[in-house]
Amino acid sequence: MWKSYGSGDAAVTALAGVSVEFEREHFTAIMGPSGSGKSTLMHCLAGLDDVTDGEVWIGDTKVTGLNDKGLTELRRDQVGFVFQQFNLLPTLTAEENITLPLAIGGRKVDRAWFDTVIDTVGLRDRLTHRPTQLSGGQQQRVACARALVSRPEVVFADEPTGNLDSKSGAEVLGFLQKSAREFGQTIVMVTHDPNAASYADRVIFLADGKIVNEILDPTADAVLETMKHLDTAVGVS
Amino acid sequence: MLRATLKSLLSRKIRLVLSALAVVLGVMFVAGSFVLTDTLDRSFSNLFSNIYSGTDVSVTAKAKANAAGTVPASVVDEVRGVDGVAKAQGQVNGSARPIGKNGKVMTTAGAPRLGASWVDGDSQLEMRDGTGPKADNEVAIGAFLASTGGFKVGDDIELITLQPKQKFKVVGIYGFPGGRDSLGGELITSFTEPVAQQLMLGEKGVYTDINVTAAGGVAQDQLRDRVSAKLGSDYEAKTGAQLAKDQADQIAEGLKFFNYILLAFAGIALFVGIFIILNTFSIIVAQRTRELALLRSMGASRGQVMGSVVLEAFVIGLIASVVGLGAGYGVGALLANFFATFGGGSLQLASVQLPLSAVISSFSVGLVVTMVAAVMPALRASRIAPVAAMREAATPDRPLTRPTVAGAVILAAGGAAMAFGFTNQSLALIFGGVMAAFVGVALLTPLVSKPMVSLIGRLLSWSMPGVLGRRNSARNPRRTAITAAALMVGIALITGVSVVLTSATASITKLSDTQIKSDLIIAGEQANDGGSATFTTDVLDRMKSTSGVKSVVGWANDGALINDEQYWVAAVTDVDAMREQFGLQTKSGTIAPLREDQVGVSEERATEKNLSVSSTMKVQLSRGEPKTYTVAFIWAKTPVMQGVVLPSDAIKNLRIPQLGNAFVQVVPGQSVVDVQKRIEPLFADNPEISVQDRSAFTKQQTSQFDTVLLMIQILLALAILIAVLGVINTLALSVIERTRELGLLRAIGMKRAQVMRMITVESIVISVFGAVLGLAVGSALGVATVAALKDQGITEFAFPWLQMGQYLVVAAVVGVIAAILPAIRAARLNVLDAIAYE
Repeated sequence: MWKSYGSGDAAVTALAGVSVEFEREHFTAIMGPSGSGKSTLMHCLAGLDDVTDGEVWIGDTKVTGLNDKGLTELRRDQVGFVFQQFNLLPTLTAEENITLPLAIGGRKVDRAWFDTVIDTVGLRDRLTHRPTQLSGGQQQRVACARALVSRPEVVFADEPTGNLDSKSGAEVLGFLQKSAREFGQTIVMVTHDPNAASYADRVIFLADGKIVNEILDPTADAVLETMKHLDTAVGVS
Repeated sequence: MLRATLKSLLSRKIRLVLSALAVVLGVMFVAGSFVLTDTLDRSFSNLFSNIYSGTDVSVTAKAKANAAGTVPASVVDEVRGVDGVAKAQGQVNGSARPIGKNGKVMTTAGAPRLGASWVDGDSQLEMRDGTGPKADNEVAIGAFLASTGGFKVGDDIELITLQPKQKFKVVGIYGFPGGRDSLGGELITSFTEPVAQQLMLGEKGVYTDINVTAAGGVAQDQLRDRVSAKLGSDYEAKTGAQLAKDQADQIAEGLKFFNYILLAFAGIALFVGIFIILNTFSIIVAQRTRELALLRSMGASRGQVMGSVVLEAFVIGLIASVVGLGAGYGVGALLANFFATFGGGSLQLASVQLPLSAVISSFSVGLVVTMVAAVMPALRASRIAPVAAMREAATPDRPLTRPTVAGAVILAAGGAAMAFGFTNQSLALIFGGVMAAFVGVALLTPLVSKPMVSLIGRLLSWSMPGVLGRRNSARNPRRTAITAAALMVGIALITGVSVVLTSATASITKLSDTQIKSDLIIAGEQANDGGSATFTTDVLDRMKSTSGVKSVVGWANDGALINDEQYWVAAVTDVDAMREQFGLQTKSGTIAPLREDQVGVSEERATEKNLSVSSTMKVQLSRGEPKTYTVAFIWAKTPVMQGVVLPSDAIKNLRIPQLGNAFVQVVPGQSVVDVQKRIEPLFADNPEISVQDRSAFTKQQTSQFDTVLLMIQILLALAILIAVLGVINTLALSVIERTRELGLLRAIGMKRAQVMRMITVESIVISVFGAVLGLAVGSALGVATVAALKDQGITEFAFPWLQMGQYLVVAAVVGVIAAILPAIRAARLNVLDAIAYE
């Protein structure tokens, strides 16, 4: 994949030939310093942004070249999102937020699966609450439950713990890890927190729009080491 | 601070343009009305100066009752003898309604249908074809009548005057100086003098007025004084200049009606505009909380923050006033031109100018309205704490206690003002009360908005976008409420008027069904040019002898001076028939045929004037000398009729000594339709008179309400249009505010069409909410008015359910239309930009 913004002399390259596969039923983290292109990578993977050159596939669907309608349906049916903040609609209850993608698509809620997800995130007694009545951690867990409830091909999480304290963050990350391991949910998470990345099965390191390294079954220390190395290697503090 | 204000103004052009539009429309009507009246006033002054350019002095008889009396021929001779008089010409003027080639009586758009006496060598006329009338059956007609009616010299023309239709031969066609076909769209026919006297005035040897020309060197007022001195106090002499001014003033008085309509437009537009501007500024202040707090934390004072918002309002008001003034000039010119050519009239328009009054009123109205609307938001802006800059943007909902209490107080005050206004017949108080009631309701609206909105929204929330739209509209009760309240005003006014008119119709229908026992009603067309249709009393005698007729009462109305006070009186031909057909009950005396010096009086009038049987009163009719009448009977209160009834002998002294109505009772068991068919031929030569059964007559009488309603609906469509601007504005601002939410929805797979549906549902909910409020408030206003008018004979309450349903549908449609632009904007949001939007 290549992605550049602007044209001619003013062109900025965000992705400079990234080739990457994400294994099904695995939890993959994308790491890199600010400006490394990790968010752009995720946006392109999820069909929120288009690539300048190259192709993106999710499962059997070729994302590149889909029109707005195709992309919308892809996002609705095959992709789940967890953003850093502002994940929930303030007018809907937690339950309504969770089932929102299904409601938009006019699909029925699989009650058994819904119950499983709810119990795993531990939100059963919070279902009728509005987002403003939930803590940040609870809100993020609702967002996770929403991403999972439609059983998408892949869940993209963009700095899901960026705005949380460490305890709430750990709960969210534990849930994502569990989803991949127990429910076989494919998850791709963008983060700059080595500790968060350590929950993943695999970590990909990005710098200057290129993949520069990867670690399988990472620990926080290993990730930190690699990051330091990365920073000195590319000269970014 | 000034720079910051102007910068922020420029950055929100579109939403400010939308709110300024309401002010522009209001100012446009204010300016337009001033330009129109100014132009027409000057045009009519010119017109009448022209008409009276050949008149130095005009002589008329002093008014008796409501009509100027006639001038006998002997007075003309007297005037001729006055020193300095070059020429004195008796003139006759009256009503003559021509019948067109299609057999129907010709009508105008308000200009008179005149009959006049022909004067050879009249300098005010230009002969186009043929000659003046010489024989009794000849007429010359105005070129405008000739062209609209398709009459040529040699054609026959039928005319209705005081007499039923008569046939004349057109021997000449004339125009007016300057090549004009008419002076102002009138249809004029000139007869020979004796014929004109007989047909216009009812007797020979009398004139309407005398046109006096001064000899060289004699000034107009000098001559007037000499003529006055000669004729004494029974006659009135006026100079041509004075006459021209009087007539122009009279027209100007009549034109005030247009002025009032335009100013009413303006008032409603501006009133609704205040709601919209208030809302826009509130939303903008809310959205700028962090920005304003930042200014505060950098040391801007409260006054500066408030000043910045007020200054913004000032700039908007200024621009809106300028644009409105320009548009108003255009509207005024357009209306003046329309007026000048309306109905084929040929009023020569004076140049359209921009009077100073238009400029002053436009700017003061535009600026005041905008600034008043911005005061509350400005105050709120000044109260933003500097620390708000550091907080999340979301401000908690403020409690609704204060607006609710204020709303209740204002509503109560408005109600009291209305009640007081009704009892004291003060239109200003009623109007002010209604406006205050609107403000009060608007303040109370946020309180009901949550339950109401969720109720209305439930009908539309069968899908997720619908649910979201409904929830969004319930989200900010104040904003939804004030947007809906703007729509409420228009719909409430229409509904109120509808309720009153429907109730009036129901009351009249009930009255005619239960109280009136007349089977057939004979009535003439009511014309607004003073030429209402009448028929002679001998037709009445023939009706009486028609088989199947049980009783007939003929009716003639006119103004009269009773003990020197102006009253409307009726002379009737048969008191017994009247009592029987109108179900009159005796209060005192005996309701029996009146002698020549007796009158009957209603209970209301008797109480008011402290009359009892055998009281006397001095009555001056349009003709004849004052006469003393004795009260013979007093009839008990009834909604059917009140006032004073004169004996049939008085008919000959009325301005038009003929009957306007007749009521027929059919012999029981006889077919009303058959009798109607036997009576109709009696009026064959009088096409303006119709014979109708009771229900048809009632329908015809109440059908005029439909016209009134239609006019008001058109008027108030403007208020609704402005309210639509408000809905668009609110939605557009909401879309901006919820950019991130929309981004999120799109990110998790909401389609563009679904986004549009969501916005549309929100819009429909707001609009329908406004309509429901309007229907409720309007019904309350209507019921209050009907209750207040109970003594005027509106005894029934009736609701125009069908119309109310239509208004609701209109509101829903309005909602859909208002949603179009904001919905497109929302659907076009770039997902990635939206979720990154700060």
